[in-house]
Amino acid sequence: MDFLSALINGLSSGGTYAIIALGYTMVYGIAKMLNFAHGDVIMVGGYTMFLTLMALGHPLVALAAATVFCVILGVTIERLAYRPLRGASPLAVLITAIGVSFLLQSLAQIIFGSSPKMLVQLQISGGITLGALSIDYSTLLTLAVTAVVMVVLSLFVKYSKTGRAMVAVSEDRDAALLMGVNTNAIIAITFAIGSALAAIAGYLMLCKAPSLSNTMGAMPGIKAFTAAVIGGIGSIPGAMLGGILLGVVESISYSVPALAPFTDAVEFSILILVLLVRPSGILGKMRREKV
Amino acid sequence: MSEPLLQVKDLEVYYGVIQALKGISFHVNEGEIVSLIGANGAGKTTTLHTVTGLLHPKHGSVVYAGQNLAKVPAHKIVSMGLAHVPEGRRVFQNLSVYDNLLLGAYTQTDKEKISRQMDSVFDQFPRLKERRRQLAGTLSGGEQQMLAMGRALLSDPKMIVMDEPSMGLSPLLVSEIFEIIQSFRAAGKTVLLVEQNAKKAMTVSDRVYVLETGSIIKEGMASDLINDESIKKAYLGE
Ligand SMILES: Nc1ncnc2c1ncn2[C@@H]1O[C@H](COP(=O)(O)OP(=O)(O)OP(=O)(O)O)[C@@H](O)[C@H]1O
Ligand SMILES: [Mg+2]
Repeated sequence: MDFLSALINGLSSGGTYAIIALGYTMVYGIAKMLNFAHGDVIMVGGYTMFLTLMALGHPLVALAAATVFCVILGVTIERLAYRPLRGASPLAVLITAIGVSFLLQSLAQIIFGSSPKMLVQLQISGGITLGALSIDYSTLLTLAVTAVVMVVLSLFVKYSKTGRAMVAVSEDRDAALLMGVNTNAIIAITFAIGSALAAIAGYLMLCKAPSLSNTMGAMPGIKAFTAAVIGGIGSIPGAMLGGILLGVVESISYSVPALAPFTDAVEFSILILVLLVRPSGILGKMRREKV
Repeated sequence: MSEPLLQVKDLEVYYGVIQALKGISFHVNEGEIVSLIGANGAGKTTTLHTVTGLLHPKHGSVVYAGQNLAKVPAHKIVSMGLAHVPEGRRVFQNLSVYDNLLLGAYTQTDKEKISRQMDSVFDQFPRLKERRRQLAGTLSGGEQQMLAMGRALLSDPKMIVMDEPSMGLSPLLVSEIFEIIQSFRAAGKTVLLVEQNAKKAMTVSDRVYVLETGSIIKEGMASDLINDESIKKAYLGE
């Protein structure tokens, strides 16, 4: 039973990682950059929920407000910080992304202070009990939201015109331009989707543990990035798989007393192991870099 | 005579400090097949990329259907009726044949027209129809070239520019490709063709330009140039 509940909890936290990892992997696949500020968008969503809750009260209104604000933020970051660097060296883009990350964290600290805020209105307590197994409602909610996000996103990419254009841009930007695809618009849409997912992930995190600080996005961001790399960065099913895998490994390692203190080390060992066997991640495509 | 459909004037294109095109001028009249031939690195691909907006000239102009393309973003050019079949096919490997064709029709909004054109592409390339659910990356080179041409046709172009469509194909397929190019003319389309296979290119073309290290060194009717001694020596291997 311990194992089973560790597994279910792992699937759930893995779901959150997967939702965040989707943002990393889509932006990487389509804009060819690592958006290290992605985790901090989660945090901005958290503070947006905090402010909305003070003014209006309802958690779903707060989630909606956070989603809208994060989308605007993500698209703005892309437009102001990353688009001017298109075609610049990857290192310059990376440093800029890290700069954006620090900027967001520092702004949040200046505006809201450094002591954590408690968002008890978002917290979902209680759960169901099946024999010896008890599952929190927040865990069930996370599992359900993860499933919906994965299905909707997969259908969107596979069957919508915009989804097809996203695949085209990720494969060959110039060829997509020749088809008449406005690649800048597709990149902006990708940032919008990633940021909306970050807001949703932030909501799920706060449902479980309602403590909000300016660094709340940092660790989940790194974990989700790890998950995206494990699954194969650039691959949407890879991010889903990598997120779930990392969450399950984390939770099971946590439930074994001898391993519990080394859980982070166990997770990153998985990353190293996967990269040793498959340098491009589990579902990543082996491909030659074009010059 | 009326204005040419495509008029390129004094085009100079640089990659960083390296000058790839040194002020070339040429034109293509409506209904013509015009070839641009030249050795590796002569600047043929650079020319086509500049025509369809993937590269921007330092000097000179590209005027298509009376409109200067300097200020037109690359993604708007195909909807003006100018399609580009790129060097190396550049089909979208991870998408199905059908999805690749749909991307060709990306700028088209009339669903019925798209499906009519899809049918006519499938008529012309039955192999694409058989394989429409297959991932484009798993097609043979010849099939990928057919897909690249079919994809261009789905944008309903007035003019098609093609970059080495016969590259790497068997002699039988090469002949097939050139028949297809001639069928474009029969369908009322204008073609600007870049080829290494100078002999074949000359036999289907009306006029030819010869490009050498970024400059046009010769131009004329294909029927004249095919008998030109220096051309024979340099490009026809005779
Ligand atoms: N991205 C680039 N960066 C720098 N130089 C380039 C680039 N692309 C092409 N060149 C240079 O520009 C010149 C023209 O290249 P281009 O690709 O237009 O030749 P081409 O005639 O198409 O040759 P091929 O028949 O081999 O395709 C070459 O000297 C090439 O090295
Ligand atoms: Mg070339």
